[in-house]
Amino acid sequence: MTKLSEIALNGLALGSVYALIALGFVVIFKASGVMNFAHASLLLLGGYVIARFHDELGFAGAVVVGVLATAAAAGVIEVLFIRGLGKVELHVLTILTIGVDILLTTELVRRIGSDKLSLGDPWGTDAAHIGDVYVAEARIAAIVVAVVLIGVFFIAFRFTSWGLSMRAASEDREAAALMGVRMKRVQLIAWCVAGGLAAVAAVFLTAAPTPGLDRTTGLVALKAFPAAVLGGMDSALGALIGSLLVGLTEALAAGYQSELDAFGGDVSSVAPYVVMILVLLVRPTGLLGSKELSRV
Amino acid sequence: MARSENGPPHSGGDALRVDRLHVAYGRSVQALRGVTVTVPASGIVTVLGANGAGKSTLLRAISGTLFLHHGAIEGGTVSYGGRTLNGRDSAAAVRAGIVQVPEGRRVFARLSVAENLQAGLLGTGGRRSARAREARDRVLELFPVLAEREHQRAGLLSGGEQQMLAIGRALMAGPRLLLLDEPSLGLAPRMVGRIAGVVREIARQGTAVLLVEQNAAVALDLADTAYVLDVGEVRLTGPAGDLARTDEVRRLYLGEHDAQAVDGAAREPAAATAGTAPARAAAPLRRWRG
Repeated sequence: MTKLSEIALNGLALGSVYALIALGFVVIFKASGVMNFAHASLLLLGGYVIARFHDELGFAGAVVVGVLATAAAAGVIEVLFIRGLGKVELHVLTILTIGVDILLTTELVRRIGSDKLSLGDPWGTDAAHIGDVYVAEARIAAIVVAVVLIGVFFIAFRFTSWGLSMRAASEDREAAALMGVRMKRVQLIAWCVAGGLAAVAAVFLTAAPTPGLDRTTGLVALKAFPAAVLGGMDSALGALIGSLLVGLTEALAAGYQSELDAFGGDVSSVAPYVVMILVLLVRPTGLLGSKELSRV
Repeated sequence: MARSENGPPHSGGDALRVDRLHVAYGRSVQALRGVTVTVPASGIVTVLGANGAGKSTLLRAISGTLFLHHGAIEGGTVSYGGRTLNGRDSAAAVRAGIVQVPEGRRVFARLSVAENLQAGLLGTGGRRSARAREARDRVLELFPVLAEREHQRAGLLSGGEQQMLAIGRALMAGPRLLLLDEPSLGLAPRMVGRIAGVVREIARQGTAVLLVEQNAAVALDLADTAYVLDVGEVRLTGPAGDLARTDEVRRLYLGEHDAQAVDGAAREPAAATAGTAPARAAAPLRRWRG
């Protein structure tokens, strides 16, 4: 049984990191109606900035700089491409984010090369004991930090003016505009929040026991994508549930790889998408998505 | 707060002036062609017209939401209390004291009634100020049913209650000019009467109202001044009572000409065979056209 509980805890840690990324997808979708495919490159950017600065500023300082830089980059993308283009169809903007992703990723890959960069995280390779379960310290930290950040996010979403503006605007843009909601500001903040969360996710995706940041780290964001979609794309709570589901599935598939050999190797990397498809077959709008289907 | 940065709040001349306004959607669709409308600092002004006459376009131009419909002002001005509103967004209109209740109610269905009212404060800056509490008390006094339903989702309210919520939400911002887009649309006759009473009360408390309606009978009864829009132009204007008596308005918007003809035809045989079927059939027919 030790094995199952270890796997479950690892899955939970993975899921909470995915949740940080998936929330970013959801916030941006709610605010701008756009699927932000540039999220992967933003995550890579966050990781890269932290890796570059942790020697000079220490880990904590580097994380702060990384989060701010990534939030700023996301804001710049919003201002330049999403808002700046004016009257363009939402699906065009969605495709545009793929272009932004390619540009940013290419530049970062050029800088990273084939190295594996350490982010200087303090957890090392130590494992913590909880009863007779061994889990890497970084995984525990991931769960704790994610719970705190997601908690703050949900409180902000529920009780602040920004949160109310977001929820109102995602339901009815015109009615929200008529209430005097400053849509531009709400959108900009949404992108910045999403960027910041992606940078934090980068820390835990590259912390021990993972070897470090490399050129493919951004691709992990693509696993948070099915989490957001199966949660309903416009539901923050749905994204949270979806992320935990995807994390657990992946960890279980990896843990019982030997029993799953019939499906071929590396089932765990396919598992999130299988879960997404199964959920969407039953609930086409995702677990908690709204019924409206007119958006991209 | 947000209100004070917009100059003197009550300079007496806080009228809305729409002057020779031209609005187009896309590159070619002319929705308004030189429309001039004035709404004084108090009282009710109504704009009548058939579908596509440009009524909603006029409201969008005033509230700064044309861009959401890919429309733009091509000429003329919209000004309020002497300040130009052209090219400003809806947030600026709200800060200037103009709030619109959208057509079809458009409450935030998944938010609670209380949250919908809170959303009405988003354009004013302070959600927890004393003024906000006052506004909330005033709205709940006007619509006691909203107090009972405070924690329900707005989507679960009846059509009439949603219309009350939509009006209440707009009043939360403490507007000095309220724009109402077809408040009677899709409501039961009894509810139309209640909403009309509410509009009258709002105007009595000192908020100017610009009312766009297809239900001309109700609108002309409420309003002091009326405009009739036809294919993007002002066709008639004048005191609402006078306008209600003109042949054109009676025929086109009140449907009285036809109704009287039916009445007249029905009355003669009705005298002989008191209360027969044709006379009864004529009554609902008249209301439908109204």
